[in-house]
Amino acid sequence: MIWNEKMECMSNDEKAALQSERLVKLVKYVYDNVEFYRNKMDKCGVKPEDIHGIEDITKLPYTTKDDLRDTYPFGLFAAPHSDIVRIHASSGTTGKATVVGYTRNDIDMWSECVARCMSMADVTKDDIIQVAYGYGLFTGGLGAHYGAEKLGAMVVPMSTGNSKKLTTMMVDFGATAIACTPSYLLHLSEVLRDEGLLDKIKLKAAICGAEPWTEKMRNEIESRLNITAHDIYGLSEIMGPGVACDCREHAGLHICDDYFYPEIIDAKTLTPVADGELGELVFTTLTKEGIPLIRYRTKDLTSIIREKCACGRTSVRITRFKGRSDDMLIIRGVNVFPSQVEAALVNVEEVTPHYMMIVDRVGNLDTLEIQVEVDVKYYTDEIRGIEKLTKKIAGVIQSALGISAKIKLMGPNSLKRSEGKAVHVIDNRKLY
Amino acid sequence: MTVNQVSVFIENRQGRLGEVLQVLKDNDVNILSISLADTTEYGLLRLIVNKPEHAKEVLLKAGFSSMLTEVLIIKVPHVAGALQNILAEIAKANVSIEYMYGLSVESNDASIVMKTNELSEAEAVLNNIHVNTMSSKEIEAL
Ligand SMILES: [Zn+2]
Repeated sequence: MIWNEKMECMSNDEKAALQSERLVKLVKYVYDNVEFYRNKMDKCGVKPEDIHGIEDITKLPYTTKDDLRDTYPFGLFAAPHSDIVRIHASSGTTGKATVVGYTRNDIDMWSECVARCMSMADVTKDDIIQVAYGYGLFTGGLGAHYGAEKLGAMVVPMSTGNSKKLTTMMVDFGATAIACTPSYLLHLSEVLRDEGLLDKIKLKAAICGAEPWTEKMRNEIESRLNITAHDIYGLSEIMGPGVACDCREHAGLHICDDYFYPEIIDAKTLTPVADGELGELVFTTLTKEGIPLIRYRTKDLTSIIREKCACGRTSVRITRFKGRSDDMLIIRGVNVFPSQVEAALVNVEEVTPHYMMIVDRVGNLDTLEIQVEVDVKYYTDEIRGIEKLTKKIAGVIQSALGISAKIKLMGPNSLKRSEGKAVHVIDNRKLY
Repeated sequence: MTVNQVSVFIENRQGRLGEVLQVLKDNDVNILSISLADTTEYGLLRLIVNKPEHAKEVLLKAGFSSMLTEVLIIKVPHVAGALQNILAEIAKANVSIEYMYGLSVESNDASIVMKTNELSEAEAVLNNIHVNTMSSKEIEAL
């Protein structure tokens, strides 16, 4: 089912005209309202008058997550605070969060995008959908919620953390759709199996996102639950979930490209690559008012498909993600940067700056172990002392990352020192 | 009188304990008593040796987090209830015992290595009840 045929199936000419019109307006809007962009554009010698159409986008400078950090919290907001109706936040590369704000129009646009994505999974107003993303500063819960309401579906705002209640309600309510992370859905499938509920559920579709997953995981989810599982993509800087999603063809993710203009660039040279070639995904938010971003570097590696899809949509597609051009990890749906761990450990005087993060997936749930070396002079010969230190570090890490980690104390010099760029992560999940 | 115990933190990796013992052997350190307190994650090795300062240094050099901890080595008479009497007196003085383990030497008495929170108070209690402790010199001579 196509939610908005007019916007999702327009001809290339119509789309280019719309994107051009929107880009011209956007550039003038940010130049007038965001000091950061005004300075940046002045520095590159580009004025709003130089932008006549979408083809001029390459004249504009890039935006990075660091720019959001440097202007924390509201420096990139273009709309006055009185027009902002919602704030979300995600992990920054160091201690500070990345904060985004939405106007009423932004929320409407976001809901429209999520409604389109859920329609790609054939979810309609007749469905009962459980939203099992976290509700709060994280965009997943509220983003999926508003989109599902826009669709007119019956929304059950489960949030995360109570699998038993979720599976019970799934059966009792006859839920037909679910929105959650793919690893959590795999976990739920096991809970359902163990409780003998698999043949009592009415589930037919899942909209999974917030973390990278593989085709193998999709097959596993679909066969265990006898449903179709769709890959929804998004990031809070751009909007949240709903930037793109795959249709029933599962041949790449359709971008809502009337709102988000995608480019693929070479992460090293920062020049555009040819269609079909792997590179870093860059987005320009064509209509956003709260925190519009120009050429935002997502650091996600993918390639672009421009051909019309068998489903009838003409919106540009991106292929499954092939990795990241930075060292960000997604653990239990939460963005984690090794630099956050580093910044947190600096404040713990008992440990050396050497650490190693070991990420794994046990029983479909992500695990994080952080090995730290204790400074020789802080060792104690009492178990109690060691446990106290472990607990202290675990607390520091939990508050820095927003997720819990198992802390393992190591002897002096037991963590590998590398020559050149230090390796701080061992990810055993093989997600790409 | 207190004695220096060598404590070594070891993460539970295969062969780590053996490596510690190898270092001590290579450096001619004689182990008189050994106790390993372990959890699933790590172990705390506690050693009474003839040359504690030397042992600590060679272990540090070999990359182990070793340290010296003051403990009491109590000579306990070979009589039923002897240890219980001592512990009761220590408890009366509100001194708490962190850990203890045995030390066997060829003599008529058994010995107990004990770590308490207030070592001097514990010593005073032992003096009062005429219980002897071993000195570093005695340990070195063993
Ligand atoms: Zn399609």
